[in-house]
Amino acid sequence: MRAAIVVFPGINRERDMAIALELATGHKPRMVWHKETMLDGIDLVVLPGGFSHGDYLRCGAMAAQSPIMPAIRAHADRGGHVLGVCNGFQILTEAGLLPGALLRNAGLRFLSQDCHLRVERADTDFARHYQSGQIFRAPLAHGDGNYFADDDTLDRLEGEGLIAFRYATPEGEIIPEANFNGSARNIAGIYAPNLRVLGLMPHPEDLVDPLMGGTDGKPLFDGLAAALTVAA
Amino acid sequence: MTKAVVTVMLKSGVLDPQGKAIGQALTGLGFEGVGEVRVGKRIEIELAETDPDAAKAAAEEMGRKLLANMVIESFRVEIAQGTDY
Repeated sequence: MRAAIVVFPGINRERDMAIALELATGHKPRMVWHKETMLDGIDLVVLPGGFSHGDYLRCGAMAAQSPIMPAIRAHADRGGHVLGVCNGFQILTEAGLLPGALLRNAGLRFLSQDCHLRVERADTDFARHYQSGQIFRAPLAHGDGNYFADDDTLDRLEGEGLIAFRYATPEGEIIPEANFNGSARNIAGIYAPNLRVLGLMPHPEDLVDPLMGGTDGKPLFDGLAAALTVAA
Repeated sequence: MTKAVVTVMLKSGVLDPQGKAIGQALTGLGFEGVGEVRVGKRIEIELAETDPDAAKAAAEEMGRKLLANMVIESFRVEIAQGTDY
């Protein structure tokens, strides 16, 4: 799997992401500056977390207009895989590659804590190393992670099986108490209709080594590496 | 010179926790009768375009492309000319 991490000014999780990808693939991902315009020979494009352009105007709004975006859009259009985490998820919604938007957390506080996620389906290239219904832990670090979409869009996402992960209790209950940022229907991550574009707010890349306090996020990267290495 | 004033607001129905917090703070300060509070953005843009209609059309294009996220926000453009702002 050949992975590229897009580096926007103001992001800060690109090195965490590189560690997770290198652990899974054995190769260092390519770091692509946002002013580049080519993504040739890449299987997976990753938009990492951080605060691109200082979160000015809206989180991800400026980055969604970057020179690299047409190449990311073209990659997605030809069925390439895209992963957006945290600010990366915000950028994907701002760019229209995923529906909805990420609003200010309902409680207004920046959240820096762990959450638990329920895997809504495991038959995707991102989740294949998890079990459907499995609960795993992931760190949260965001001020604007409150997923919003109109009811029609939410119904469509649910009807078409495009919810990737929901905020859950450690025991797997989908209840408001587990939904720290107030997201609609406890949604933590969603897929594009072809299941090859995933955006999520929590940070699986920050739990990929026992030294980080756990490996709950590692199956996501191992699964991607397995899926995209076979395909290549 | 023309100035476009773009006001961006969250659509009604979209939760505005900032507005809510401000409303609670105002009530806490003793202001009576404070109802719903909504927070938005005011963006002032200087434009070389002197024709008000063309300036408005340009600012509306800016609103749709960048200044507002039409999923959650709506916006309004007002055009002011000379020192009329």
